[in-house]
Amino acid sequence: MNNTARPVLEGRGLVKRYGHVTAMDGCDFELLPGEILAVIGDNGAGKSTLIKALSGAIIPDEGTILLDGEEVRFHGPLDARRQGIETVYQDLAVAPALTIAENLFLGREVRRSGAAGKVFRMLAKRQMLREARAHMDELKIGIRSMRQTVETLSGGQRQGVAVARSAAFARHVVIMDEPTAALGVKESRMVLDLILQIRERGLPVILISHNMPHVFEVSDRIHIQRLGRRATLVATKSITMPDAVAIMTGARSGDLAA
Amino acid sequence: MVETTPLGVDGEVPEAEAGPSFVTRLFGIPALGPFVALILVGAFFALKSDRFLTGGNLSLVLQQTIEVGTLAIGQTLVILTAGIDLSNGAVMSFGSIVMTKLAVDSGMSPIPAIALGLLACVAFGVLNGALVTGIRLPAFIVTLGTLNIAFALTHIYSGEATISGLPGEMTFLGDTFKIGGTAVTYGTVVMLALYVVAWFVLTQAPVGRHVYALGNNPEAVRLAGVHIRRLLVGVYATAGLIYGIAALLLVARTQVGDPASGQTDNLDSITAVVLGGTSLFGGRGSVIGTLIGALIVSCIRNGLTLLGVDSIYQVLITGILVIVAVAVDQLTRRGTR
Ligand SMILES: Nc1ncnc2c1ncn2[C@@H]1O[C@H](COP(=O)(O)OP(=O)(O)OP(=O)(O)O)[C@@H](O)[C@H]1O
Ligand SMILES: [Mg+2]
Repeated sequence: MNNTARPVLEGRGLVKRYGHVTAMDGCDFELLPGEILAVIGDNGAGKSTLIKALSGAIIPDEGTILLDGEEVRFHGPLDARRQGIETVYQDLAVAPALTIAENLFLGREVRRSGAAGKVFRMLAKRQMLREARAHMDELKIGIRSMRQTVETLSGGQRQGVAVARSAAFARHVVIMDEPTAALGVKESRMVLDLILQIRERGLPVILISHNMPHVFEVSDRIHIQRLGRRATLVATKSITMPDAVAIMTGARSGDLAA
Repeated sequence: MVETTPLGVDGEVPEAEAGPSFVTRLFGIPALGPFVALILVGAFFALKSDRFLTGGNLSLVLQQTIEVGTLAIGQTLVILTAGIDLSNGAVMSFGSIVMTKLAVDSGMSPIPAIALGLLACVAFGVLNGALVTGIRLPAFIVTLGTLNIAFALTHIYSGEATISGLPGEMTFLGDTFKIGGTAVTYGTVVMLALYVVAWFVLTQAPVGRHVYALGNNPEAVRLAGVHIRRLLVGVYATAGLIYGIAALLLVARTQVGDPASGQTDNLDSITAVVLGGTSLFGGRGSVIGTLIGALIVSCIRNGLTLLGVDSIYQVLITGILVIVAVAVDQLTRRGTR
């Protein structure tokens, strides 16, 4: 990884309070082009809060976010999406009674061309089915029909849909909040492969995970979050799993490396 | 890179877009159950009374479906978002008084009077939507409040008097034309047309998909970048407009503005929606089911009347029916998960 490259996404001094809980307390963040950055930390360390701020799902109380070196203000998730930042949220954010295709295109439905689409705002259902099929195939997610409702899928398949949605539309950054939580060994494997595939396409990925072997297998750098702040940011190669866990839990300070 | 395996069953190759099997498709038809129920209800009354299946009586059933059937379209929209609207009958009643009183007592020409009546109903819809989204009050409480407000305004403004002598423009939709010897009102056609429009928007347009998704998982819709407050207020306002049209249909059918109208229509519209297979928890159901549900309600009312059953028993039976329908909905949903 070239350390002189300009960060794709940067956060400086981010603060988010919920009543008296300070979920993020002056948190810094840096994502470089083409890297897989793992974000680890104990429960409640503020990982989800951090990525929600970076994806426009919440607005931080203080601090700045920079995209390609320029300060940005996301007023909602749509703003971040317009900048090509796609997110798989921890709770997946899918609509169970809608079909896979409808979920993939939720909020960015394709309408028919001509008057049918412009005047009557008709959905281009076939086109969306076809494209959904193509996206799922590209990621090798074996689901029979895009017309199946998401509630009929297994947990792993749902995760696949959420991941496919982000991978399909991302042009800039992909963020995944615990994409392998609640998945079996095989399904986890497949999501990790997806993440590697996304990096191969040249997109940087932010991966939040509690699974240390996964983190050490796929990531280029590790951001360790503790008590609402970044305790350290290290190259994965230069730290051991026990050390990372020690910093995460506060048994050791994070000053060792940078 | 490691070899990738599909997420599905081992070695299963994704095949061409096959769609669900015939059986799941058959049972996936949202309104199949309600449709069977309607046939059974119809068959029961046809056996019990010779008059039930006559063209004249069926036309009457359709006419008796008009207000509740129209209100139930708005109710479906609201329930799909996981809300509920108790105010619709009272709002319709208020709209009907506004339009008739302006035209008859204030001498306004009929078209602007109708427009103001519709506007009054839309205003109630916007109020409902604003309270539900703005202060995040439960729809149940909000619409219980606006039910009382609309009810009171209706009685204050009308002075408890029925308004008659309406201009022809207001009663035109109550006129009939013949289909094979059976008289059908234009109002019936308007109601059916509204169903078609609602079906189209809900199933064929992006906003319809957003309404379903909103009832499923509002957070997912928000994160997908949809402005959910605007969407919700839009749903309640559209429902209000539909209640306004119901007001016009009511006025046209009864030829008067009656402040006592519509008092049980809120529960009847909910009954129609639930019998039509739409989930009270939101996000699942269809407007076509609602039409069938509304027809079931009026078939039962009409059939029991033909059999000479006292109307209070009709209320009793529809009450039991809603509970049965909700229970069936619950049990089948539990079964599919
Ligand atoms: N919407 C909210 N309202 C109130 N408190 C919140 C909210 N969201 C997060 N918090 C609090 O902020 C802190 C950080 O939460 P966050 O979800 O960011 O942690 P996390 O690192 O993602 O944890 P986990 O590993 O369990 O997912 C927690 O103490 C949490 O209770
Ligand atoms: Mg989290």
